[in-house]
Amino acid sequence: MVAREQFDLELEAVKDMVIKLAKAAKVQLEGSIAALYQSDVDKAQQVMEADKELDQLDLAINEASILLIARQQPVASDLRKLIVAIRTATDLERMADNAKNIARSAIHLGNDHQLEIHPSLADMRDVAFKMIDLAIEAYKKEDIQLAKKLSELDDLIDGMFGQVMEELLQMTATNPQKIQLVMQMAFSARYIERFGDHLTNIAESIMYLVKGEVYDLNE
Amino acid sequence: MKIVTGLTNTAQPEKNLRKVFNTEDLNLWYGSKHALKGINLPIYEKEVTAMIGPSGCGKSTFLKTLNRMVELVPNVETTGMIHYRNQNILDKSFKVEELRTKVGMVFQKPNPFPKSIYDNVAYGPRIHGIKSKKILDEIVEKSLRGGAIWDEVKDRLKDSAYGLSGGQQQRLCIARALAIEPDVILMDEPTSALDPKSTLKVEELIQELKTDYSIVIVTHNMQQAARISDRTAFMLNGELVEFTDTNRLFSNPEDKRTEDYITGRFG
Amino acid sequence: MKYLNHSKVIQRMQRRILINNLFKSLFFMATTFGIIVLAILLVQVFTEGIDYINFDFLSNRLSTVPERAGIMGAILGTLWLMAVVIPVTMILGVGTAIYNELYAKKGKLQSVIQTNIANLAGVPSIVYGILGMTIFVRSLQLGSVVLAGGLTMSLLVLPIVIVSSQEAIRAVPGFLSEGSYGLGATKWQTIKNIVLPASLPGILTGTILALSRAIGETAPLVVLGIPALLLPFPGGLLDRFTVLPMQIYYWTLDASLVREYANLASATIIVLLLMLFLLNSVAIIIRNKFQQRY
Repeated sequence: MVAREQFDLELEAVKDMVIKLAKAAKVQLEGSIAALYQSDVDKAQQVMEADKELDQLDLAINEASILLIARQQPVASDLRKLIVAIRTATDLERMADNAKNIARSAIHLGNDHQLEIHPSLADMRDVAFKMIDLAIEAYKKEDIQLAKKLSELDDLIDGMFGQVMEELLQMTATNPQKIQLVMQMAFSARYIERFGDHLTNIAESIMYLVKGEVYDLNE
Repeated sequence: MKIVTGLTNTAQPEKNLRKVFNTEDLNLWYGSKHALKGINLPIYEKEVTAMIGPSGCGKSTFLKTLNRMVELVPNVETTGMIHYRNQNILDKSFKVEELRTKVGMVFQKPNPFPKSIYDNVAYGPRIHGIKSKKILDEIVEKSLRGGAIWDEVKDRLKDSAYGLSGGQQQRLCIARALAIEPDVILMDEPTSALDPKSTLKVEELIQELKTDYSIVIVTHNMQQAARISDRTAFMLNGELVEFTDTNRLFSNPEDKRTEDYITGRFG
Repeated sequence: MKYLNHSKVIQRMQRRILINNLFKSLFFMATTFGIIVLAILLVQVFTEGIDYINFDFLSNRLSTVPERAGIMGAILGTLWLMAVVIPVTMILGVGTAIYNELYAKKGKLQSVIQTNIANLAGVPSIVYGILGMTIFVRSLQLGSVVLAGGLTMSLLVLPIVIVSSQEAIRAVPGFLSEGSYGLGATKWQTIKNIVLPASLPGILTGTILALSRAIGETAPLVVLGIPALLLPFPGGLLDRFTVLPMQIYYWTLDASLVREYANLASATIIVLLLMLFLLNSVAIIIRNKFQQRY
């Protein structure tokens, strides 16, 4: 029995980086939504600043994976682990970009916009949190049952997003002078919804990791 | 939820293909050692079939049963059937010499005869009774071209084959096998004694030969099997563990033992 | 913690080197012993015999008068003997070797035969003489002729030829014959085209070395009743004959009667040594010229 211990350790290290990136993306979402609700421009600035670190982490995951592919010539599940790590890191990086965009909206809205932030955004965020935790768990355990649940939660977010958009549309009718501000809120809702889509992609990646076949969970 | 794409199999579906070989419950003993255990393996026409597995798994033994070279080892016993184009070659009435003109072989170490390049290639046709100088000349040129070595040796056909480099010697041996106009070519780790550049050249050659010949190759080099074969068989302890499309075997094998072997977890 | 105490190692170094040199000189002395004895022998033979070698000595018939005595008869006899031994041992020896190496099933019987052949090489030559006497001279009633002597000598050197040929055949790498079988060649085609050409240098070398033993042997010929004093030259297989070693033997025996016989014996020894030297040179040339690297 040749264990390939060193290679296994390096694979594990890549996996840990991906999980770290996922947790960081969750923190970014939390920070940006908080900045939105609290009209805290400083906090929003911090989120935008922190995004650079996440980009770095995404690069580091890519680089480590490419080096392992080049030096260890992995096949089958080993290869899938690395491909999925790269793909998942890309999805997580995009998620973080969406958090950054929410932070940007918070900056646009400024410190005293006198506008009530739609409460459903917080609800959408909570579902996104749940999805991130679930995705981390599914990725850690390579569990396809957990991964499948992600697509159900994504449907939930999509539904909430539709609802929020309708209500915001009505708001523009009553407050035409605040149309700019309402639009920023609509963008933010859209960005949270994008979280769900990326997390569904991650679920698909996990299923590919385990099964070696490509699934489409949106169908 | 649905599966969007399965793996794209490069090998054609089995039902569209003709089998050159088909083994049925093939067992082989070296004395008391059970070296092949109930092998059922088809070899399809004009494909490259790779045999992989750890040392002593029986892959070379299996290859050598296909042209009955295994009988050169004392105390070998076989049961079961090997069909070559619908004839059971294990039948005692089947002439090995006839089989081996249909099923050529290339060995692990380049083994040209201590003769000239020309005589090496002409050896096969000569023992099968071709005497005409003109015909022999034609066969030699055609075979050397087939072995992708004609341009390198055409000006020194009368020189000893031992003046060639290892990689050239191996291509000469392939040309020598082509000279008997075989149907199948068996290759027993044909690049294990060659440097990387010669290895690539032989691999390229194998890809070209595929259009005209059915090839079975035993290799220790999994990347090689992945690069050049259409189908791969994984053997372990004399058993055929998995035999499937090469793309599938190397990306998503069915058997845990195959996965462990190709990812280097044992063997 | 270190296992090796380097100061102790250096202390013992002197002693180790001394022992090393001691053994070197011991082995050197063993080698020089043989060379010195051989040199003395050669010097003695040459000083006694070289003056007696001339054209007359080589071309004359035998005579009891030392000045007129020649060894043409013995030279011819030796050549006739070779003419019988070479084809007989080649055919029987190589044939046996091929059968044993390539056809015979490896098993108990084969290993018994193998051991016997090896042992036969060690049987005293006089025993072969008795065998030849019984079979060829008496039973077949050939008499003490070239054919009887040649066949007896062939039997004597056959084991050497067989063993050396077997070794030569075994030295042909298996992958060469596999290459031939792999192309659909039969066993005989493989032997004829691959195995024999590749092993021929080894077979020839062994045969020539065996031949030099055959022409140097005396004992079996004494038993066969080969005369030393023979006037007519042998002209065929069924003629009586004598050979160089017999000549040397009788001249040495009679040296007490006629002083010059000792010189004639020495002169004949020189001629015999030259013939052996020639044969061995041929063997070496063949080996070097045809030796193949695989």
